[in-house]
Amino acid sequence: MSDANDFDVEFRGITKRFGDVAAVNNVDLQVRKGEFLSLLGPSGCGKTTSLRMIAGFEQPDEGELLIGGKDAVGIPPYKRDVNTVFQSYALFPHMSIIDNVAFGLKQRGVNKSERRAKANEALELVQLSHRADDRPTMLSGGQQQRVALARALVMNPRVLLLDEPLGALDLKLRKEMQFELKRIQEHVGITFIYVTHDQEEALSMSDRIAVMSHGVIEQLDEPRAIYDNPKTAFVASFIGEMNFLTGTVTSANDGHWTVDAGVGVPVQGVGAAPLNEQVKVGLRPERLVITPNSDEAGTNRVLSTVLSKMYLGDQIQFVVTLPSGATIVAIEQRASVDPATDNIKPGDRVTVSWDAHAPLLLGMVDAQTANNSDTSTIQEKP
Amino acid sequence: MTVDTAVPTPEATTSGVGRRRSFKPRYPAWLALPSLAYQIIFFIGAMSILVAFSFATQTGFNQITYGFSLEQYKQVLDPTYLGIFARTLAMAAGGTILTILVGYPVAYWMARYLGNNKLIALLLIIVPFWTSFLIRTYALKIILDSHGYLAQTLHVDLMYSAWAVGIGLVYNYLPLFILPVFSSLERMDWTLIEAANDLSAKPFSAFRQVTLPLTLPGFVTGALLVFIPMTGEYVIPAILGGGKFVFIGNVIGDAFNSAQNPPFGSALAISLMLALSVFVVIYILVATKEERFGS
Repeated sequence: MSDANDFDVEFRGITKRFGDVAAVNNVDLQVRKGEFLSLLGPSGCGKTTSLRMIAGFEQPDEGELLIGGKDAVGIPPYKRDVNTVFQSYALFPHMSIIDNVAFGLKQRGVNKSERRAKANEALELVQLSHRADDRPTMLSGGQQQRVALARALVMNPRVLLLDEPLGALDLKLRKEMQFELKRIQEHVGITFIYVTHDQEEALSMSDRIAVMSHGVIEQLDEPRAIYDNPKTAFVASFIGEMNFLTGTVTSANDGHWTVDAGVGVPVQGVGAAPLNEQVKVGLRPERLVITPNSDEAGTNRVLSTVLSKMYLGDQIQFVVTLPSGATIVAIEQRASVDPATDNIKPGDRVTVSWDAHAPLLLGMVDAQTANNSDTSTIQEKP
Repeated sequence: MTVDTAVPTPEATTSGVGRRRSFKPRYPAWLALPSLAYQIIFFIGAMSILVAFSFATQTGFNQITYGFSLEQYKQVLDPTYLGIFARTLAMAAGGTILTILVGYPVAYWMARYLGNNKLIALLLIIVPFWTSFLIRTYALKIILDSHGYLAQTLHVDLMYSAWAVGIGLVYNYLPLFILPVFSSLERMDWTLIEAANDLSAKPFSAFRQVTLPLTLPGFVTGALLVFIPMTGEYVIPAILGGGKFVFIGNVIGDAFNSAQNPPFGSALAISLMLALSVFVVIYILVATKEERFGS
């Protein structure tokens, strides 16, 4: 058991209800000092409510909330050592950029020359010193975003909360800001809690990601582990693309398991599995290898028919029909495949294969969903 | 109070090869003539008569000699009338402050906490305005009367006091203050208050530094909208003040009606107008500030 002071923020069984709906449902969470933690999930998953409880804008109905090891329940936002970067920026329109950035220091009674110096320093960090005397409306969205960041950072908080801060920016600017945010976080060393529904944003910046759904944390882990070893079907489908197969576990020993996912589709994977149970198996499209003209089927080798083929420039995306009737998506890197793959046409017979580390066991299938999920589903993320 | 001077119409932006914005007027200017004629005849006309009256002299019963005499204005500067001017402005200022104290919290509550019921509340505030001003003031007199409910049950007898006049002023002018303040508070982005609290500002401090400056134009509009007509008030002081708190409006009314001295009444009215112009200039200076924030 680690000491509470190791964590900048800690949730202990926190529940927050709005009417009958539990927006956050009995959540435990420990945010380490200095880490970049993302709360990732679709809208309504409870990520923003969690953030607002840390900021003090909402109070939990149940559970304990600790900030810096101290009970924070009931403490108003203006007394908390956390600051927020709002999705809408929330810059004060009647104040200049420098006054916006210096606002918090002014509330703390820092004298004018010192707060101007600190505000200027913060503006330098976000490369906006030259706009210090302008009004927020004169700045572009990306610049306003950086002012909002400077305004929060200048307070040197224990934790910086970011509520989908890049949501309103266009794609190119968003990519630049992702890089910029990570650079700044490493520079200042402050704990960042970052709320987003964009898996790519979370994967590229975070030290750890908490994937949320329906008010609970489905999985909390490093980005690579979240991607490579999703623990639930929700996490597997929300992060990246995933093919799902359903079948019965036919063998499970010596750290290997086999699932019969329909006629001609024996799937073998690594790990433990519950024998004779119906389970969900995930296969990432990029882990599948398509080879033309092969007749050797076997474990993790399936004969299939190409349904469609799409060039994505550097990649080719195939949709193939398995002998079981299910369709799955396979993505091949054009630089790494046999040139013959380029010539595969829809209707061709091909072999789809994968190595034993590719299949992911994503939990048991309950009786209700088992009836209609014999075919695999294709999940694509925006 | 933003001034939309150059909003192009959709047609103007989409037509034309270069899609250049056209700021040219789309309708001939003479279409404004009927309204202008009305303004000239009834507004400027009446004002001109007042100005002419104020420089005239009363030469006998219902006898006016026109000319350029400053006689009436000299009389206005008499300490008696200056005192009434001062009292009028003081009472109107007091009434305005009371109106702000009563109206601002109501407008704030409506704008921030009422959600979908805002319009119902707005209606409830406007509905009394649909009854006659005079009838409402007499109704208020029944409440404030020494034999009325307030005096008999709560032993608060305010009748014919400065407070009665103040209550009458607030009651009658409150909607004129609430409406503009509500409309500017309604456009307020409350995330800014969360941001201020997040940046260590306590609730009142956040209000003072963020809400108040951002809604100041509505606040000033409301304050002047009640202050200016209050200075010209004569019904409320007559009914609720029992003649003890004479406003300049009462003196003007008397000059025209009972004293039959239109030149003096006109001089008083024009002096009052000049004094109020000062406040209007302040209003314009503050209200046009909003343009710089955008809305």
